[in-house]
Amino acid sequence: MRDTFVRTLLEEAEINSKIELVTGDLGFGVLKPYWEALPDQFTNAGIAEQNMTTLAAGMALEGKIVFTYSIGNFPTLRCLEQIRNDCAYHNANVKIVCVGGGFVYGSLGMSHQATEDIAILRSLPNVTVVCPGDLVEAKEATKAIANMPGTCYLRLGRGGEKRIHKYIKDFEIGKAVLIRTNKHETSPKIAVFSTGAILDDATEACNELEKKGINLMQYSFHTVKPIDKDTIRKCTLECDYIVTIEEHNIIGGFGSAVSEVMSEVDGKAKIIRMGINDEYCIRVGDQKYLREQYGISKGAIMRRIGDL
Amino acid sequence: MTSEQLAWKIRRHGIEMTHLSGGSHIGSIMSVTDIIAVLYANVIKYDPQKPKWEGRDRMILSKGHAGAAIYAALAESGFFEIEELKTHYANGSRLSGHVSHHLPGVDFSTGSLGHGLSAGAGMAYAIKKEHKNNHVFVVLGDGECDEGSVWEAALFANHYRLDNLIAIVDHNHMQSLDFCENTLELENLGDKWRAFGWNVFEINGNSHKELKETFSLAIDVKNQKPIVIIGNTVKGYGVTFMENDILWHYRFPHSGWEYDKAVTELHKNKPEGVEDPYTPNGIENPILPDDNADIFNDHTTSYTWKPSYPVKKERMSAKLGGEKF
Repeated sequence: MRDTFVRTLLEEAEINSKIELVTGDLGFGVLKPYWEALPDQFTNAGIAEQNMTTLAAGMALEGKIVFTYSIGNFPTLRCLEQIRNDCAYHNANVKIVCVGGGFVYGSLGMSHQATEDIAILRSLPNVTVVCPGDLVEAKEATKAIANMPGTCYLRLGRGGEKRIHKYIKDFEIGKAVLIRTNKHETSPKIAVFSTGAILDDATEACNELEKKGINLMQYSFHTVKPIDKDTIRKCTLECDYIVTIEEHNIIGGFGSAVSEVMSEVDGKAKIIRMGINDEYCIRVGDQKYLREQYGISKGAIMRRIGDL
Repeated sequence: MTSEQLAWKIRRHGIEMTHLSGGSHIGSIMSVTDIIAVLYANVIKYDPQKPKWEGRDRMILSKGHAGAAIYAALAESGFFEIEELKTHYANGSRLSGHVSHHLPGVDFSTGSLGHGLSAGAGMAYAIKKEHKNNHVFVVLGDGECDEGSVWEAALFANHYRLDNLIAIVDHNHMQSLDFCENTLELENLGDKWRAFGWNVFEINGNSHKELKETFSLAIDVKNQKPIVIIGNTVKGYGVTFMENDILWHYRFPHSGWEYDKAVTELHKNKPEGVEDPYTPNGIENPILPDDNADIFNDHTTSYTWKPSYPVKKERMSAKLGGEKF
C-alpha cells in the first residue's frame, strides 16, 4: 500500500509542481523512486516531527501542497498540536501520511502501533480522515487528496495488502464502496462495514459467511471523516445489524463514527463494534497474529457475525 | 510615523487594552514594543490595503501572548480602525488575547509557544524554492526557547540555508513565574544560536537606533545562514513599576494608581507629534500608590522558595549571598 501511495504521489507530483513530499527521516527504499525522480519536490526534515508539521503548514500557506510522511504515531500524536493549530486551524493544504495504521508494525511493539489515531484526528475540525482498505483505494485516495484543498490525514497499511477491488467506479472522498449486496433473502440481514487495511480479513470472513447462506452486505469505508451518512442511514433502516470492523481502539474511531450517525436515525439496526478493546498491545507478534490475539482476525469476525 | 512615535502608541494602546479587557501579558507587550515598532515603521514591506499582497514580507509573532502589541501596530499602520483595539478580549471581537490570522495583516496564528519559527521556516523555504525575495520575520520570546520545537526549527533553517529568515528574540530575561535563569538556564543564548549555525546579533532590544542598524545589517547579510537578533530588553519597559517585576506578566493595570501611574509615566516620555487617543492631556491629579500598594516587590517563585533539592538549595543560597536555610 505504501508503494502504491508513493507511485501515485509521484505521478501527481510530476504533473503538479506545487506538490512537495516532506519526510521525518523515514522511508528508506520506499520513497527512493520519488526522491530520485523529483529531488526538488522532496525534503527530509530530520527526526523532528513538530517542526516538520508546522514547516509544512508554512509551506502550504505559500501555495504548496505538502505531504508529510512518517510511520505510526510520529506524524500524528507526536505533533498533534502542530496539526491542530498550524495545519487544521489555518486550513493549510497539508496531507499527513502515516504508514503503519493499526498493527502493521506489530513486532516492533506498542510505540509503533497506531491504534488511537483515527479517533484523535477525526475530532479535529477541518481534517479529512482517509483510511484506504486496499491498493486500489490507496491509489484513488492519494489522487483525490492531492487535488483537494485543506488538511487531510491519510492512514496507510504497509505492504503486501491484497487487492480487493478490481477497480472503483466514481471513487469519491466521503463515499463508502459497496463490495457485496445481499444474495440471500434469509433473516437476519447484516451490513459489514470496515475501514482501513483490515478490509482483507473482513472480506475473507464475508466470503466464508456468504457461502454459509448468511444475508450480508459489505462496504469499505475508506473515509472516516466526512463519514458516509447516506449509506449508514440506508443500512440502519434496512438491516438488522451493522457490524463495524477497525484495526483501532474501539473508543472514538470508526465504529463510534458510525454509531453517532445511527443514533440519530430511527432505524431498526443494532450496532456491533469490533476493534481493539480499549487496551494497549502487550503481546509480541506480526500483524496477523496480533489481529487474532486482539479479536479482529478473519476467524473472530466470522464467529462474531455467525453468532448473530 | 517614526518608530519612536509608533512605539509610544503601542505602549499606550497596550495599557488601555489590558486595562479595559483585564487581559494579561502587559510586561511582555511592553518589552517587545520597540522591536515591533521598528519592524512596522522601518523594516517590513506591507500594504494595509492589500494584506495578502504577494510582495509583502511575512511576519509572525511567535510569542502570541503579546498580541496586543501587534494589534496596535497593525491598527496604527492602517490595517483596521484604531477604535477596534478597544474590543480586545471582548465578546464578538476579532482581537483574541493571542494572535489570530482572522485579522488582516496577520500571517499566522500563534499562542502555543514554539510554533512560529517552524512556520516561518516553512514560509522562508517555500519562498526560496520559488526564487522570490520576500523576508520572513519571526519574533520569539526567550522563555519560548524552552520549547524543543524552536531548536528543531533552528536546525532546519540552518541546514536549508534560510538566509531570508530573520528571527528576533525578545530577551526580557523573564518568563511566567520567574527569571529565565531561575527556570531553565538559557545562557549563553547567543552561543546556543551560534552553535546551531545562525548569524547572531546581540543588541539592546529597546534601542531604536540599535534595532534599525541591526535590521539593516540582517537584511543585507547573505551568507547562507539564517539570522537571529537577540534583543536584550526589559520586561515591562516604559513603566517603572512594571519593569522586571514578574507580577506584571499576568496582572493588568487596575483602575486607581496602577492605571494612573502607568499613563502618567508614559506621558512624561511622549514624543513630539503623538496624540493620546484615550487621555489626550494625561491624567489630572493621578491617584498615587499608598503604603499598602504592592509595588517594587519581588514576585518570583525563587524569592520565597526554600528548596531542599541540593543543587537548587546551593543556587538559592549563592543568590542570597550565602545565607543558610
